[in-house]
Amino acid sequence: MAAHALEGSEQIGAAMRVRLAGFVRMLRDNGFKVGLAETTDALALLATGPARRQADLRGAFRALFCGRRSDWLKFDALFDAYWTGKGVKSAVKVSGSHSGNTPKTLRHLSDDAATTEIGPAGDVERRAGEAEEGEEDPAGKREGASRAENLAKTDFRKIADPEAVAQAHALAERLAHAMRVRLTRRDRQRRKGPRLDLRRTLRRSIGHGGTPIELVRKGPREKQLRIVVLLDASGSMNNYTGVFTRFVHGILDSFREAEAFLFHTRLVHVSSALKERDAARALDRMGLMAQGVGGGTKIGEALAEFNRWHAARVIHSRTCVMILSDGYDTGDPERLGAEMAALRRRCKRIVWLNPLIGWQGYEPTAAGMAAALPHVDLFAPAHTLESLAALEPYLAKL
Amino acid sequence: MIRDKNELAKALAETGYVADEGLATALLLMELLGRPLLLEGEAGVGKTEVAKALAALHDTDLIRLQCYEGLDRSDALYEWNYQRQLLAIKAHEGSGEDAQSIEDALFSEKYLLERPLLAAIRQDKPPVLLIDEVDRADEEFEAFLLELLSDYQVSIPELGTVTATSIPKVVLTSNGTRELSDALRRRCLYHYVDYPDVGREAQILRTRVPGIDAVLALQIAELMARLRKEDLAKVPGVAETIDWAAALVGLGGRNLHEDRELVFDTLACVLKTREDQARITREVTDRLLGKVA
Repeated sequence: MAAHALEGSEQIGAAMRVRLAGFVRMLRDNGFKVGLAETTDALALLATGPARRQADLRGAFRALFCGRRSDWLKFDALFDAYWTGKGVKSAVKVSGSHSGNTPKTLRHLSDDAATTEIGPAGDVERRAGEAEEGEEDPAGKREGASRAENLAKTDFRKIADPEAVAQAHALAERLAHAMRVRLTRRDRQRRKGPRLDLRRTLRRSIGHGGTPIELVRKGPREKQLRIVVLLDASGSMNNYTGVFTRFVHGILDSFREAEAFLFHTRLVHVSSALKERDAARALDRMGLMAQGVGGGTKIGEALAEFNRWHAARVIHSRTCVMILSDGYDTGDPERLGAEMAALRRRCKRIVWLNPLIGWQGYEPTAAGMAAALPHVDLFAPAHTLESLAALEPYLAKL
Repeated sequence: MIRDKNELAKALAETGYVADEGLATALLLMELLGRPLLLEGEAGVGKTEVAKALAALHDTDLIRLQCYEGLDRSDALYEWNYQRQLLAIKAHEGSGEDAQSIEDALFSEKYLLERPLLAAIRQDKPPVLLIDEVDRADEEFEAFLLELLSDYQVSIPELGTVTATSIPKVVLTSNGTRELSDALRRRCLYHYVDYPDVGREAQILRTRVPGIDAVLALQIAELMARLRKEDLAKVPGVAETIDWAAALVGLGGRNLHEDRELVFDTLACVLKTREDQARITREVTDRLLGKVA
């Protein structure tokens, strides 16, 4: 996939190569998916292409290195930080670990003509520090605000031990993948169906000397199964939130059609935060959204909000709603019952996963849980990895 | 071959497409690196138009594959013409030919129906291949597409491998219905198409709406920019702007401030849902118009 219309990338000096490698690494640290092929192409562009002048370099690199809208939005700030050393926005700080050591050594490398043409190697780290302190710099202000948020956020990663978390994630991934494979086999062959499958009909006819006796039809296309997860993030669930969040992340990662909500005293739509590929980053983002975790759970109200504002959009005829909660509810049980009934009418299945079921002698006597139970299709434990794994056959049958 | 983005932008403008600098750069890189271009953006910002303009620029064919859920290889690549094959079998009955030669004849070029992807790689002159709304297709199809876009060859069991006679210029568009795979994104150049700014939208109107006054074009573009900031269920795209401008010009509008009544009456060109029409009342229209120069 190297540049077929370009050659001469060997003209690029060593210093420029190192500079470019540093930029690529910075992009990767900021969540860009950049591979070797892009770097090779970038070198080729630097040598002969339209990227000889700095003004053109930006546009060319943007088209080459960005892969999604979030990249697109971050790119200019990162580019400026690295190539021109202008004020650095908060995004750059995400990079953390390794971007510190390259620029300083590079400032001495002025033997390469390309380096001077592009501009001096920016001292990213130092300037980032300045921007933080500079009060008149709007970027600096934003940086301060995000640090305050960081202090207040809940760290989900520290809740469960790393091995179990990794296992849960892998399991959710596998579970979700197994289901997806089974469920995307659309266009199944049926005896009765509206569309004639001519390709198969003709193949079968060979045995009858070319007369199409056996007619093969295609069945109607089935809608994909969609999973909507409602995760209880209240204080009483504290010990489980971490591993559940990883589980939900796995589901969202593998399933094309999945939505996730988090509730405690109110309901938060967290799909976009959790769709982040990098699990740790996703959990960080969700941690910010879940502020105010703890305190009483008002499941009924959260469900009412879900039914009112989200249900019509996220639920279709083949939707399984999965509620992850211990059922301790400080709200009105009657309301919870009514909202559960409304939800039941909309979706195909409601699965309630309750970590307390695994405890010996547990009875769902809490008023809220008792009110919800009649509307639940599957009431299952979810306190260990095995209990989550046991769900697979059930979900696959849906 | 064009080697400068300004030159490219100018050539595109001659085909009726007003490109911004970033897009011109991306299109230039497409030529230089031979990579497909992925365009993302809201509906109605003119993603599909890019492919049309590119085809016009190179004076070549535009081959379009519209993606949808359940799209499979036979819809996208090739299919055998079964009806004709069945007829041929009947016609050969009793002719005394042996089975093998009949079969060879049945699975030959004559009975092959090209679908867009196969057609695109079998042209003499490299066409523009538009893979529209790729996010609507299934993941399996996306994986297949990836394979095709790296090798530009396909294998047809009965015929063997078909290698591209020309590498098409591939433009993919996505509305973000589904997250595309990293593999596909990495294979492509990327450009996020945003709503045009006021100056560019006015320029688009001057290119696309015959007989429009420069002042009116600018006013319309400004009003559209303000309108898009309102809380609308369906934000109007560039196509809507062009429709509306054409309607205004057709009804004899010269200046938005002087023809307020006309403006309000023709807003149906850009507001496509009942809620939006209810939201943009006469008062709101006046308020928006008040800010237009």
